[in-house]
Amino acid sequence: MKIDTSILKNEEKVILNLRSIYKQYGYSCFKMSKFEEYDLYGQNKEFLVSDSVITFTDTSGKLMALKPDVTLSIVKQTKNVCGQVDRYYYNENVYRISEKTHVYKEIMQTGLECIGDIGKYNICEVLRLAAMSLASISGDSILNISHLGVVSAIIPEINTQDTQLLLGCIEEKNPHGIKEACERLGVSSSDTEFLVSLTTAYGDAGEVISSLRNRTTNEKILVALYEIENIIGMISDISDIKINVDFSIINDIGYYNGLVFRGYVKGVPQRVLSGGQYDRLMTKMGKKSRAVGFAVYLDMLERMDNDDTEYDTDVLLLYSASDKPQDVMKMVNKLTSMGKKVTAEMRIPEKLTYREIIEIGKEGN
Amino acid sequence: MSELLQVALPKGRLGEKVYEMFAKAGFECPEVLDKTTRKLIFENSEKGICYFWVKPSDVAIYVERGAADIGVAGKDILLEYKPEIFELLDLNIGRCRLAVAAKRGFRDRPERTLRVATKFPNVTLDYYGKKCRDIDIIKLNGSIELAPILGLSDVIVDIVETGTTLLENNLEPTETVAPISARLVANRSSFQFKNEAITKVLGELRRQVQE
Repeated sequence: MKIDTSILKNEEKVILNLRSIYKQYGYSCFKMSKFEEYDLYGQNKEFLVSDSVITFTDTSGKLMALKPDVTLSIVKQTKNVCGQVDRYYYNENVYRISEKTHVYKEIMQTGLECIGDIGKYNICEVLRLAAMSLASISGDSILNISHLGVVSAIIPEINTQDTQLLLGCIEEKNPHGIKEACERLGVSSSDTEFLVSLTTAYGDAGEVISSLRNRTTNEKILVALYEIENIIGMISDISDIKINVDFSIINDIGYYNGLVFRGYVKGVPQRVLSGGQYDRLMTKMGKKSRAVGFAVYLDMLERMDNDDTEYDTDVLLLYSASDKPQDVMKMVNKLTSMGKKVTAEMRIPEKLTYREIIEIGKEGN
Repeated sequence: MSELLQVALPKGRLGEKVYEMFAKAGFECPEVLDKTTRKLIFENSEKGICYFWVKPSDVAIYVERGAADIGVAGKDILLEYKPEIFELLDLNIGRCRLAVAAKRGFRDRPERTLRVATKFPNVTLDYYGKKCRDIDIIKLNGSIELAPILGLSDVIVDIVETGTTLLENNLEPTETVAPISARLVANRSSFQFKNEAITKVLGELRRQVQE
């Protein structure tokens, strides 16, 4: 069967493209049930994009949830096998409550997870796939990369309101907020200055990293900067995408570590891709292995659909009650075989737009 | 038009001050201040900028959803709606505070649920939540000061500039919830794709703030 790809919606085309890219790199499809036990999400609330989960009680009285996330389910079923790497991709609907409008939302999401005995190659592979995913969505896209080792070298590990506030300010590129939060936390003035400099540490990897290197002697930060530089060097051959470093990317530090990244495409006001290394989540879920992955938010891509077709149909075929159905069908077949979109009606529909109108039985037909 | 830097300005005196800062920074578009025009959008393609006036509480929404690339919003609005944007600069204008106010001589009795009238229910819930105080939120859209006077609420959480309105109505501020000022905010995606223009505006405005 030949599929006319021109009729596909933007996000449908993207799904097909991404599926073929992921399969090419040895990722297998992970299919999950719509429901999961609520406990899985309840214990890892901060990992979820939205902490509101839609719950219900099943027939045996167990508290269930409509899945708000796929990663946790994939992690739950992976086994600790030394030397093994599991590669999964998924394309699932997830269910969340919008924080802003407080309404239930069904969101189409695709993504991949690389779990197990992963090393630098695997991280590089996932980052490459993230870049390729963005490039396949749009020719004008940007992948921003950061390393959580930079901020976690300065920010105290204790999870308090003030540390959360500080991380939030780094994420907002908010220099005045960083200064206020650092003062409350007793962060030294040189470290405060370094954190403030992260708000402008954005752009080409070479320039930004060398400027940050000149601002610190902290060994942990230098190691993180080296790692990020090294990995970016390994994917710099990918064309059709701009790769930047952006140290304002803060995925939840309690779950993520190491490399984190976000992707943007022109014309979509929010990020369309988000991911990173989440070894800390693995530890919290009792797994010895490491993990890296990302999600692509397909619901965002609807905005990119430039379907500005002027007409609903090419031909409006008008027939009357006296016309034989087989004659109408014959005419419809003739027109569709010419590659035209046809709508057969007995009278002109009020809101239909059409290129031309043909009346059966009239001259020339 | 999409390549111009789209700026959402908050309607009112604060917005006019903000525009003056943009103009001083080299992004002028004099028509913006023309009160006789019925135009909604003002472009200066030579300077690569486009301004429009929106209700101050809507600036963050325009910016978060990408209808505006950058904008200027009060910290009160940002605290209330928590939009996913970049908060790039404290413009140091429109300084005031979000405060709790009550009738003069009001005595808070912890054994009772505190009735709080406000335009900022999220900030208020957050503030009292941190203090573990049980409150009854009364969301109002204006004339907040009237609430404690008429016995609708015990206290209010509202913007206090000089405190004169409170004083004239026999009210007084009792606690500060947060200091407020105008902030330059940017859409996170526009920041990537119009980085050069945004960085230029940010640099110029920062220079003015530091002067």
